[in-house]
Amino acid sequence: MVVPAGYYLLLAAGLFTIGLVGLMVRRSIIVMFMCVELMLNSVNLTLVAFSRIHGQLDGQVLSFFVMAVAAAEVTVGLALIVNLFRLKASTDADAIDRLRS
Amino acid sequence: MPILAQAAEAAGGSSAELVVFIIVGALSLGSAVSMVMMRNAVHGALMLVVNFFTIAVFYAVNEAQFLATVQIIVYAGAIMVLFLFVIMLLGVDRQDDPTRRDNVRGVKPAAIVFGLVLFTALAVGVAGPYLGTQSACPSPAAAEGAVTDRAACRGLAEANEQGNTEGVGALLFTRYVWPFEVISVLLVIAAIGAMVLGRREEDPADLVDAVAGDTTTEVDSAPTQAEPALIGKGNPAPSSSPTEEDA
Repeated sequence: MVVPAGYYLLLAAGLFTIGLVGLMVRRSIIVMFMCVELMLNSVNLTLVAFSRIHGQLDGQVLSFFVMAVAAAEVTVGLALIVNLFRLKASTDADAIDRLRS
Repeated sequence: MPILAQAAEAAGGSSAELVVFIIVGALSLGSAVSMVMMRNAVHGALMLVVNFFTIAVFYAVNEAQFLATVQIIVYAGAIMVLFLFVIMLLGVDRQDDPTRRDNVRGVKPAAIVFGLVLFTALAVGVAGPYLGTQSACPSPAAAEGAVTDRAACRGLAEANEQGNTEGVGALLFTRYVWPFEVISVLLVIAAIGAMVLGRREEDPADLVDAVAGDTTTEVDSAPTQAEPALIGKGNPAPSSSPTEEDA
């Protein structure tokens, strides 16, 4: 029994979907942010699987770049969340409605 | 060489990959689902750590050893520590109220339906062409002859000949050197941005208050009553805190 490369792509698609549904369903900003991380990771897994399919390392290099961008995004995003929490004393996404009429 | 590859496969060289895939894949999906479902954000973060570890296992299985290490160091090590630090700093671990209604009605069923549609589309469009057994990747040990017979998955044995880290590094500093430099600038900007955003707004009134408070205590302890203008100047400050101002 062997594992076709498509199984990894299926698994990555499943993880991406779970992340997206979580992003839409949950209201806590921190959990939404973690769902974004999950989606980024699933895309990385897709890149690595395709890198193996094509026998080239370019996908892994791209995945490395995605990791660096994710690290930068987490840094700034968490700073924003801390600032929002100072402003509203809550991490509920519905509490941020300052632009509403 | 193909005989060697077949022998290695018959000896169970790649059935190990299937076992790893089933066990770790179930763990990965389960931890992802429970990360979304967890009421408590700290538990969700811990589930996400488990998920990152499983993805690191998949990187290692997919012949990306360097990325597997980086995944554990950067994601499970640095990013999740940052997440847990912020969750515990804010103390929001018991705050998601399940009984409160959504602002937009019917978000949850819509999200689940949309997720199913998206998953089907991804499964058919992205994973579909590679689901047959002919696109099974040759295992690294038995890859040498198998590369050419299986056009659907070439495997990384050739590219990883000098070692995975060496291969990635060679690409990173030749073909991708310009994106690499841009990423370094991006990281510097992110660090500066986080510092700017995380800085507490220094209210000048607070500083005046602190200085005036010190002097008033000194003045009070002194036997002679000093100028009252200094005390009066420090008085209006404590009422202005950023939370009250914006709430």
